[in-house]
Amino acid sequence: MAQPLLEVQNLHANVGGHEILRGIDLTVSPGEVHALMGPNGSGKSTLAHVLAGRPGYTVTEGRVLYRGRDLLAMPPEERAREGVFLAFQYPVEIPGVSNVYFLKAAVNAVRKHRGLTEYDAMEFLALVKEKAKLVEIDEDLVKRPVNEGFSGGEKKRNEIFQMALLDPQLAILDETDSGLDIDALRIVAGGVNQQRSPERSMIVVTHYQRLLNYIVPDFLHVLVDGRIVRSGGKDLALELEEKGYAWLEKEPPAAVGAR
Amino acid sequence: MSSDPNSVFDLTNREYKAGFVTDIESETIPPGLSEDVVRLISAKKNEPEWMLEWRLKAYRHWLTMREPTWQNVHYPAIDYQSSVYYAAPKTRKDAPKSLEDVDPKLLETYEKLGIPLRERAKLAGVAVDAVFDSVSVATTFREQLAEVGVIFCSFSEAVRTHPDLVRKYLGSVVPHSDNFFAALNSAVFSDGSFCYIPKGVRCPMELSTYFRINSANTGQFERTLIVAEEGSYVSYLEGCTAPIRDENQLHAAVVELVALDDAEIKYSTVQNWYPGDSQGKGGIYNFVTKRGACRGRNSKISWTQVETGSAITWKYPSCILQGDGSVGEFYSVAVTNNYQQADTGTKMIHIGKNTKSTIVSKGISAGHGQNTYRGMVKILGKADGARNYSQCDSLLIGDKCGAHTFPYIEVNNSTAQMEHEASTSKIGEDQIFYFQQRGISAEEAVNMIVNGFCKVVFKELPMEFAVEAQKLLGVSLEGSVG
Repeated sequence: MAQPLLEVQNLHANVGGHEILRGIDLTVSPGEVHALMGPNGSGKSTLAHVLAGRPGYTVTEGRVLYRGRDLLAMPPEERAREGVFLAFQYPVEIPGVSNVYFLKAAVNAVRKHRGLTEYDAMEFLALVKEKAKLVEIDEDLVKRPVNEGFSGGEKKRNEIFQMALLDPQLAILDETDSGLDIDALRIVAGGVNQQRSPERSMIVVTHYQRLLNYIVPDFLHVLVDGRIVRSGGKDLALELEEKGYAWLEKEPPAAVGAR
Repeated sequence: MSSDPNSVFDLTNREYKAGFVTDIESETIPPGLSEDVVRLISAKKNEPEWMLEWRLKAYRHWLTMREPTWQNVHYPAIDYQSSVYYAAPKTRKDAPKSLEDVDPKLLETYEKLGIPLRERAKLAGVAVDAVFDSVSVATTFREQLAEVGVIFCSFSEAVRTHPDLVRKYLGSVVPHSDNFFAALNSAVFSDGSFCYIPKGVRCPMELSTYFRINSANTGQFERTLIVAEEGSYVSYLEGCTAPIRDENQLHAAVVELVALDDAEIKYSTVQNWYPGDSQGKGGIYNFVTKRGACRGRNSKISWTQVETGSAITWKYPSCILQGDGSVGEFYSVAVTNNYQQADTGTKMIHIGKNTKSTIVSKGISAGHGQNTYRGMVKILGKADGARNYSQCDSLLIGDKCGAHTFPYIEVNNSTAQMEHEASTSKIGEDQIFYFQQRGISAEEAVNMIVNGFCKVVFKELPMEFAVEAQKLLGVSLEGSVG
């Protein structure tokens, strides 16, 4: 088997002194899409943030290998340049900085890191035009300040648009479906599906089974109290939809994490 | 992974890129201030009697004044008797007559500052009047300017060669008794720039002055006077730097602008005096009086300033809108990092009918910096149809700095239209993280946010200055996030 892209081993993490992650094991190989579900407060978003390197989280135990390297030792921008992308649940507004200027800086930072030549303005605009179609994003939004005054749906679309431009190896989608109406959900999911490839892996964090009707995962994990208590295929989602999480909360943690 | 919430806003040292001392023999007088010192300065400069009298009048008035205390800055008492009031680089003979006469070391200094006189002048078409400590050392492009009748020379030279003009306008906008620091300047000013644009002439190039304080313990008291005759136009650029020294240095300048009918003066400043180290040691005390008089109908004066340096900044470039239909503008970016303090803003005094003023102030605070906007808009009784638009925005980086806004508005005419907008925002950790997650470093993130914040002011600057200002901002905020 090929080397896994991501190996999370016995990961424990605190936020403000509270232990949120209590021993996560998860292995993601290239091209796989893993869905992560679980009740509120189970640690789904925390895991996403810890992987991306958001400040404020303390890892107390365990390790994370990304292409065999210690991911937790890298500063957040290096993780991004190495191909880890987080689609935020609540994308932040950045007044005064236009989306296109921001994205050009981001794409060129990544390209520089990978030893590629940086795009000039013309090349970049051509790329923007191409990728904007993917998520049906209005070109007007591209010119406006980052996320400023965007609707909830526009913000999420902008995240997937950024993902398309940055071409990550590991995309973590943190509740990308939350706050989306059904049309927006279809567009966003369509954008994600078009970006599925044998080289790109995804971790899709979601509350609702409905997203998984659009983005069909290879694996599904249920997170309860900071541990993965059940892993399975996409059928597990239907079982969850029917029974809720309660029956899993009573069960002891799954013997194996991912697979 | 870091769990310390302060880590992103860790204060680390910043490098001051203009902090070198040029080893040039300079001619100074002993520290202290007295009538004799004023006389000595005047004598050193071979000034006529009227100039000396004016200085003495200012000095005597200064003795009766007290340092102002209303500003929102804190500093130990200044001992005016320990400062040196005159320092001039020694030259081979008299004053340098051309660039070739200038001490090569001096020119080297300018090179380090990134303003090679020759190239800068040639490439950018900028005429530079460089003030090194107190004496104007080089003026370029004089001949070309003279062809169209523009006078651009050092202040001392103007006193000798154009005494009528100097006497007519000196102190006519900022009187010798105006305020404590202006009075001090009037008594001991060492040099500065004089600029006269004759009727109907559009000055063919941007005029530029670079100020730099070099000698230790030297106060710099330069004086600038710009007169734009009817229908003329001039754009004037001023840049300042000072070497790193532990002790504080005083800088008290006066700038007077006079615009007659239909004349326009655009005055741009990039101030990068040494701000002190990360612990607040050293740095320039910058107490400056800048004021423009729109005397003529439909005249216009526009101030643009980018203030990144100095331990203390105290300046309020103002416009007296006397002529009917005259326009005053003030665009400002003020940055305070580490322990810097700035109390800056403007005064727009509307006297004439249909006068218009615009104020855009952008304050950025980082580290322990304290940034105050203080502004006054005054509409006098006869100023029918006056309009003002004010916008004051503050940006905070970290949680140990401060932003303060004191807008004063006084309206004595019911036809006036006033608009005031203000905002305070903070660069949040979540914003920085958003940039980082996209591969952009925290430092670059701050740069981009700050530049976005200042965009409207930068676009008022002449092209090459805008680029410089952006870079300077980056340097000034270096280390404001860790």
